[in-house]
Amino acid sequence: MQKWLVPAAALVLLLTLFGAGCGKGRAVIQVGGSTTVQPLAEKWAEAYEAKHPNVDIRVQGGGSTAGIKGCAEGIFDIGAHSRDLKASELERWPELKPHAVARDGVAIIVHPSNPNHAESLTLQEIGEIFATGSNDKWTVISREEGSGTRETFEKKVMKPFGKKISEKCEFLPSNAAVKEKVSRTPDAIGYLSLGYVDGAVRTIKVNGIPCTEENVRKGTYPIARTLYLTTRGEAKGEVKKFIEFCLSDEGQRIVEEEGYIRVR
Amino acid sequence: MSTARAERTASLARVSLARLIDRAMSRRLADRLSELSFSVLGLFSLLLLLFIAAFIFKEAFPAFAELKLGLFGEEWYPSRGEYGILTMVVGSIAVTALALLIALPLSLGCAIYLSELATPRVYRFARPAVELLVGIPSVVYGLVGMVLLCPLIAKFGGGSGSSVLAAGVVLAVMILPTIATISEDSLRAVPRSYREAAFALGATHWQMIKSVLLPASRPGIVAAVVLGTGRAIGETMAMLMVIGNSPIFPKSLLEPARTLTGNIALEINYATGLHASVLFATGAVLFLLVMLINGIGYVLYRKGVGR
Repeated sequence: MQKWLVPAAALVLLLTLFGAGCGKGRAVIQVGGSTTVQPLAEKWAEAYEAKHPNVDIRVQGGGSTAGIKGCAEGIFDIGAHSRDLKASELERWPELKPHAVARDGVAIIVHPSNPNHAESLTLQEIGEIFATGSNDKWTVISREEGSGTRETFEKKVMKPFGKKISEKCEFLPSNAAVKEKVSRTPDAIGYLSLGYVDGAVRTIKVNGIPCTEENVRKGTYPIARTLYLTTRGEAKGEVKKFIEFCLSDEGQRIVEEEGYIRVR
Repeated sequence: MSTARAERTASLARVSLARLIDRAMSRRLADRLSELSFSVLGLFSLLLLLFIAAFIFKEAFPAFAELKLGLFGEEWYPSRGEYGILTMVVGSIAVTALALLIALPLSLGCAIYLSELATPRVYRFARPAVELLVGIPSVVYGLVGMVLLCPLIAKFGGGSGSSVLAAGVVLAVMILPTIATISEDSLRAVPRSYREAAFALGATHWQMIKSVLLPASRPGIVAAVVLGTGRAIGETMAMLMVIGNSPIFPKSLLEPARTLTGNIALEINYATGLHASVLFATGAVLFLLVMLINGIGYVLYRKGVGR
């Protein structure tokens, strides 16, 4: 009755081996790090692989710090991060070469039916909300320590006013998780990468300026940052070609399509 | 002619005797081999445990050495060098206790029903259904908690619904099948003669369950509870999604908290240096906590067996 099972299993095994064998013929580029850069890097990889079938680009998340560390330690060929390299990191790994590949805004988001009728807040008011944490009026959603998005947010919104993010916020581990939570909680406020914003949440004007791609490009929207692909030493070979592709007109068009802002 | 036949019979006998001896030898060899391989495998799991424990404590050592008791402070703010995990110890214990409080009566009731009251036809469906609950991945429980339970709690309790209560309820559902099925097995293991003796003395069904079955199967029920507790305190993914992960002491069931497991999962990707070591120390504390629970369970179990 189950006679077909054995040949089927053998076939699957053979195909797997065959597939593995095929993979060996292709140059593999490991990309890892920021979850903000991840969807963008995946699109780049897809487009690049379509043109260069001999290259296999593997993209994974993990966070900015993990991307930088992984790149420095040789786990990734390219480390993706959504914050600037820290002085301590450059001191420890002077060989790291960051390549700015896109710009991104950090959007302040609320539930579409937010009861606080917030349309526009100043940086200071936002800082106040996050320094207070959740209370009767707001459920405050932040990211965890080490997140590139959080670093940018703290640098632009908290530090200038000498404030720190309260422990009474909720902490979620990714852009997607923040969006999910805010979209299901009427009194929630959170922040995430502009590339993740869609109809499920509403963005808030900061100092009266809407968080749009145009305003980030012009530099008027205050909470913005640069996204990087970083290599250990100068990029060479396939890695160099891939980064050049990301910076090419085609690569930068993908940046736009994904909701981020071009650097070229 | 007849001598030839006799010789042939004799040679056949010799051959089959040799084969028998051969077979016996190989059987003994197989016996020895399997014995050996099983002891190697058994020792391997022990070694693995030792290795993991040693690794965790080695990685956690810098944190213990540097922070000492500061590790059990109340402030968690790694970027400012504050690494207190006391809030998370409390968080973990709170959700686990709440989960047990909810799951224990439910699962014991479930076990008693399955072993004593369910008709065979119901049992054929009910038992696999309970067992199936174990097989649902924890991230699915987390997702259901996040999209159904949290908004429900938010509606009545305000806030976002991410809370100790949500975590406790999700955990309770997750450990219910573990406790229920193991308890049921131990209820069924109580000898028939005990029940008959109780009935013969005029006990009602409930009296028999209460004063004969439950005491007699106590060791098994304790083991079930310990296993369930271990699962509860170690649960990570579902907790991450429903508890809000705020490193504060929850003042009510409706406030968010952070568990030890959640702390590790949330921050390990980004951690370097002392921060990473503190996360390993968090794991070490969790490890000790689980050992403590198992220790208590073991003592209770021995007490139960001794009676």
